[in-house]
Amino acid sequence: MSLKDKLHETKLKFQGKKMAPAFNAIHTFLYTPNETTHSGSHVRGADDLKRTMNTVIISLIPVMLFSFFNAGYQHFSAINGFPAEFNMWEHFFTFDNLWVGLTTILPLLIVSYGVGLGIEFLFAVLKGHEVEEGYLVTGILVPLIVPVDTPLWMLAIAVAFGVVIGKEVFGGTGMNILNPALTIRAFLFFAYPTWMSGDKVWVHQAVERAGTADAISGETVLGYLAQNKAGEYTYSVSDMFFGFIPGSVGETSTFLILLGGLFLIYSKIASWRIMVSAVIGALVMGLIFNAVVNAGWITETSKFYDLMNFPFWQHLIVGGLAFGIVFMATDPVTGAQTELGKWYYGFFIGFISVLIRVFNPAYPEGVFLAILLMNVFAPTIDHYVVRANVARRKKRATSLPNIQTAH
Amino acid sequence: MKTKLCALFLCPNFNHLVSRNMSQDIHIKKGLDIKLVGAASREIAPATSPKNYRIQLEDFHGLTPKMLKKTGETVQSGEPLFCDKDRPEVVVVAPVSGLVQEIHRGERRRILSVDLLADSEQKHVKHSVVDLNTAQPEQIKALLLASGCWPLIKQRPYDVIAGVQSMPKGIFIAGLDTAPLAAELDFVLQDQVAEIQAAITALSKLTPSVHVSLPAQGSAVFSGLKDCQLHKVSGVHPAGLVGTLINRVDPINKGEVVWTIQAVDLAIIGKVMTQGIYDATRTVAFVGAGFEKNQYIALKQGASMFEALKQFGLKSGSRVINGNVLTGKKSCKEGYLGYYNTAVTAIPEGDDYEFFGWNKPITEKVSITRALTFSWLFPNKKYNLNTNTNGEHRAFVVTGHYEQVFPLDIYPMQLLKACMIKDLDEMEALGLYEVAPEDFALTEFVCISKQPHQQIIREGLDLLQKEIG
Repeated sequence: MSLKDKLHETKLKFQGKKMAPAFNAIHTFLYTPNETTHSGSHVRGADDLKRTMNTVIISLIPVMLFSFFNAGYQHFSAINGFPAEFNMWEHFFTFDNLWVGLTTILPLLIVSYGVGLGIEFLFAVLKGHEVEEGYLVTGILVPLIVPVDTPLWMLAIAVAFGVVIGKEVFGGTGMNILNPALTIRAFLFFAYPTWMSGDKVWVHQAVERAGTADAISGETVLGYLAQNKAGEYTYSVSDMFFGFIPGSVGETSTFLILLGGLFLIYSKIASWRIMVSAVIGALVMGLIFNAVVNAGWITETSKFYDLMNFPFWQHLIVGGLAFGIVFMATDPVTGAQTELGKWYYGFFIGFISVLIRVFNPAYPEGVFLAILLMNVFAPTIDHYVVRANVARRKKRATSLPNIQTAH
Repeated sequence: MKTKLCALFLCPNFNHLVSRNMSQDIHIKKGLDIKLVGAASREIAPATSPKNYRIQLEDFHGLTPKMLKKTGETVQSGEPLFCDKDRPEVVVVAPVSGLVQEIHRGERRRILSVDLLADSEQKHVKHSVVDLNTAQPEQIKALLLASGCWPLIKQRPYDVIAGVQSMPKGIFIAGLDTAPLAAELDFVLQDQVAEIQAAITALSKLTPSVHVSLPAQGSAVFSGLKDCQLHKVSGVHPAGLVGTLINRVDPINKGEVVWTIQAVDLAIIGKVMTQGIYDATRTVAFVGAGFEKNQYIALKQGASMFEALKQFGLKSGSRVINGNVLTGKKSCKEGYLGYYNTAVTAIPEGDDYEFFGWNKPITEKVSITRALTFSWLFPNKKYNLNTNTNGEHRAFVVTGHYEQVFPLDIYPMQLLKACMIKDLDEMEALGLYEVAPEDFALTEFVCISKQPHQQIIREGLDLLQKEIG
């Protein structure tokens, strides 16, 4: 008897039982079910939610692989100094670098999926619904948006919080108001603020070495800027764009994020409207800050001087902005759902991200806060867009000559 | 000023700012042509003469039947079989003369279907015809009711058989069918132009305007019609849906009623108008990969399809659909032709598992995405789709897909959600009066969450009719 038949028989055995959703989740992972249409259209399109989620995961794989190497590269460079003549194969794609990445990032990934999917299965069994695929993407996003040395217990608590409070209490996948991955990120930030910010968390071992003779620094570009030390970092624009800088695990390589974004747009899975308008929003805010500096309204003594003076377009290639725009803002569940609303939604994400980034006294980054804020406002934006359609319909009814009708 | 600003900033498309009646030509970009194998060749197979007929009550949504004939009684072709309990003047007539063989009943003795056994010699009820040039609206209405043509007229809102007292602001007829594997109207109606013209002339007395859509390249049947407004339509499905025509020409507002009639049913109405005879014969297309041979055949409404299905070589493991793959009703190899159908489709059942079906590249299915799905590369390829859902039912997640295949000035997902939460005000405000379930067949097809859109809309319409209509 083939595996297919065996699984089919097991499925029949589980039918109606409490554990059925758990079994079905694994079964449908292996085999698309034998379900046929029974109402409405007799044929259906090729895509399902699993395929959609899988496409997002595919777009994240290059970022993930790069982050493995960059974790090691940043670690060794912080200890030994950045190589004078950088060679991609000698200094970056080395086994030592990869090993650091594998030993630090894989555990994050495993904890993220383990805890998150565990809770999803638990809720599915308790509430008797199928396991929905939302966490497949959240699970890979989470390790990519946290610092490399995030303690696993912290991550586990944050994931549990994010999945239960951010998603399940609203009714699970498709019903949540806030992006679950960002809820997890926000929980980490607000629950463990001393751990999650500062200059010591971005590079592997920087925290444990702090205060010892071997202390290393892992300041991010934005960290330097926030302290008005723009002159002290040595990263070139190319370093920033290709991602050879410290930062959260997966956020550094704008280049690979851009590739992932293009793939998502090409495959029609993510909204290009949100991405484009968010970039425009960020550029506009960056330009405004540049203009403020150029107009001489603030001087070099201002604590915001370096962040405001930062060339407006470079905001896109440092910090988490690019990652947030491509992979977080485009979450269809928590974003604006009308095509027009997406323009407004994206624009304000970019705009507010740079705003918070510059003015946040605690932490020079604002992407996750901006997206969470706009998550909350997305239904309001949609409301006004839809009301315009409704108003048009009402107006049409009153402006036309009334034809007498009776039933 | 405020509204103008709002209009400027909140218009998703600017089409509506242009007067809808300015141009008679309609082009539909948002939509999807699902190309399937098994289109009918322009050949008419020799007619079978089935003995068994069945009128299925599921075809008449919202009609509560009151039998006018008992089991064992004889009927003539065109003689009323049953009427609507609430509107006794609306009758459904027998498509053949013969014997009322059996009345099938379900729970609480609800009538499910009526079986007829045809006589070898057919007798028709003959009505006296009226002069269409001088006929009064009341005379035409009376003839439509008495002859059993009334159930062929549907109304929106609610997509039900038209109200007898309703005064439609327009009557809309689709003169092209863009559904997958649809019968070619120019072919099946080629000999019935005179009847169609008579029907249109008669109907034009009942309403200020009759609107007929036809293919942009012209039509042998419809291009020369008088007493109506012709609209040339091009583009992808749902260009041929009557709902699309209404939305583009004269959308339905609250309190208004429009009537819709299938083009093929104009032939029936026309024959009643000109000869006084209800002729239930249709040229039906047998399409889809489930047949060895795809041709047309003449069948009457309610006829047993058993012999025809055998004649066209129905393959085992196929699903027989009364209608097209998007909106048809499931039937079987012993099934009967539906009351409104112009096509019978057979496609393979898809009750099988597919190993890693959700992540491997797909070339043999249709998709509007490019998520390792490659139908976008082959726009002219014909597919052999089966009835598998290609995934499981999920909550609404992805946005923006429905809008790609939905050309009406309506927010499809928001309307579906309003129907699901039974919010009558929202259903009304978002445009439920304008739609029928068939308008949501394509959004259902592309739905990643596999939500039953047509059922949701049908239930929404029923609720709205019960509470408000």
